[in-house]
Amino acid sequence: MNTHTLPRPKAQVQPPKTQLPKTPFSAVRLARTLLPETAPHAAFGQIVRNQVRLAWRLPAGLIFGTGLPVLLLIIFNQIPSFHQTQADLGGLTPFDVYVPILISMVIAIIALISLPGPLVTYRDQGILRRLATTPVPPSWVLAAQLVVAFCTTIASLLILVVASIVAFGVDVPKNPGALALAVVLSIAAMFAIGLCIAAVARSGIAARAIGAAAFYPMLFFSGMWFPRELMSGALQEISNFTPLGAAVEAIQDSWQGQFPPAEPLLVLAGYALVFTLIARRFFRWE
Amino acid sequence: MNTQAAVEIAHLRKAYGELVAVDDVSFSVAEGEIFGILGPNGAGKTTTVECVLGLRSPDAGSICVMGLDPGHDREDLHVIVGAQLQESALPGKLRVEEILDLYRSFYSDPADVGELIDALGLAGKRKAYYRSLSGGQRQRLSIALALIGRPKVAVLDEMTSGLDPQARRDTWDLIEAVRNRGVTILLVTHFMEEAERLCDRVALIDAGHVVALDSPAGLAARASGGTSVRFVPSAPFDDRLLSELPEVRTVTRSGPHVVVTGTGELVNAVILTLATAGVTARDVQLDTSSLEDAFVKLTGRHLHEEGIPA
Repeated sequence: MNTHTLPRPKAQVQPPKTQLPKTPFSAVRLARTLLPETAPHAAFGQIVRNQVRLAWRLPAGLIFGTGLPVLLLIIFNQIPSFHQTQADLGGLTPFDVYVPILISMVIAIIALISLPGPLVTYRDQGILRRLATTPVPPSWVLAAQLVVAFCTTIASLLILVVASIVAFGVDVPKNPGALALAVVLSIAAMFAIGLCIAAVARSGIAARAIGAAAFYPMLFFSGMWFPRELMSGALQEISNFTPLGAAVEAIQDSWQGQFPPAEPLLVLAGYALVFTLIARRFFRWE
Repeated sequence: MNTQAAVEIAHLRKAYGELVAVDDVSFSVAEGEIFGILGPNGAGKTTTVECVLGLRSPDAGSICVMGLDPGHDREDLHVIVGAQLQESALPGKLRVEEILDLYRSFYSDPADVGELIDALGLAGKRKAYYRSLSGGQRQRLSIALALIGRPKVAVLDEMTSGLDPQARRDTWDLIEAVRNRGVTILLVTHFMEEAERLCDRVALIDAGHVVALDSPAGLAARASGGTSVRFVPSAPFDDRLLSELPEVRTVTRSGPHVVVTGTGELVNAVILTLATAGVTARDVQLDTSSLEDAFVKLTGRHLHEEGIPA
């Protein structure tokens, strides 16, 4: 480029006149893009079916996400002190404290590992690009992946919660409505972070690495190795503002019968919103 | 053949940063035609078809596919256009028939899965996982997916690369059968034999420009300046007998041989004229130049040389 012949503007750079005006948000256009009349809607069911098949045939996520928390429950159950109430845990047993932590762990495993990995692989291998030449928009694969991941999470959590109540003598949640709200917000926050990983990772291997790098620090702040009740003031304060820390706080409170305070719920909603926007901004289909 | 254009491209231009992939490409494909886009790697073939498919938006120029603008009418376009792309894999842990059933569900009036599987020689692989397929089998599955929606226009990018010669010929037969059902086919290739065998017309693309557009035979003839016939006459004759024919350009003798060059129906004209003079042509050898010659002549390089890096 012969830049030397172009006079450099001395003053502020003017935006080029050809710049397109920002298109206003249009629900109609969005609906047309996401649900084109030309694509048979039964195709969505087919995509979901195949995503389930793939999850079943590559079951690492299922084993890790559902099996590991239940295994941990069984191990904890073998430790006698885990069933004794402790004053420094606010009069709860360690078992009571760990159920919300394991719930947050299930959500995190699925959100950070099972959700982004396949999406990045599909993009990397041109599967989404191939789909972009059919009447079905590639966003349906993302939606199907979200549906499958959400259902897997709920199923895993039901197994975990029912097992901990029926087999391990944990009290029934005292505020199930608040618990459901806390769980759904936790899922929304963590899935948004997972989609962000899917947006920025360039390969399936990179996605798994980023997922693992995010998973362990988050798990630390959930209290997995050191319950939140025992953390120092500063550490607990940090934990309150991490997604899993806020999730555990909200789940713990609603399990014990209180409606969780606004703070953890707002933290979770904030993560969900901010990371959804980031993911939307950076997600590429090819 | 219907004269309405199925695909109309005018002054297409597409650059990636400073790299101009397609500079100025125009051509028009008639309905029911098999149209070839031929050129070396990096000539802009794939970018051109990606614009046709609405996967990329052109910087300048216009594209019209069966009356639709790929930029604005993507949804409608993808109902009537089937595509086979380079470098597009499928999930390794899905089976062939599952993939076909999945893609079948994307269209309201799809083709029969069994028929396609048979036509592409995948019958023995119905239950096989995608990741266990050979390169050629994957390629054939990819072609099947391009045809499963009963498209009006099929865009096939290097459809026979990676296929063995027999599978390649079988695929050509399939493509001809598909065309005979009225489907327009836009074929990107760098196989001369494929273009000569299948295409009604070929656009030679080099460095983002159409350097020639004609039938494969027309291109070959244009490049060499025509055909040449070499024979041994049974009796002496006057050269002017042949050189006055409109088809003939030159008449030369070398020993017992006569070499005549020219264009059009050269062989018929030469043999008929000799026959009327009572002369028989023996040991007739015909030297027709190929599309490969045309390519070298028109672009100054061989097809398999690297052009601009893609």
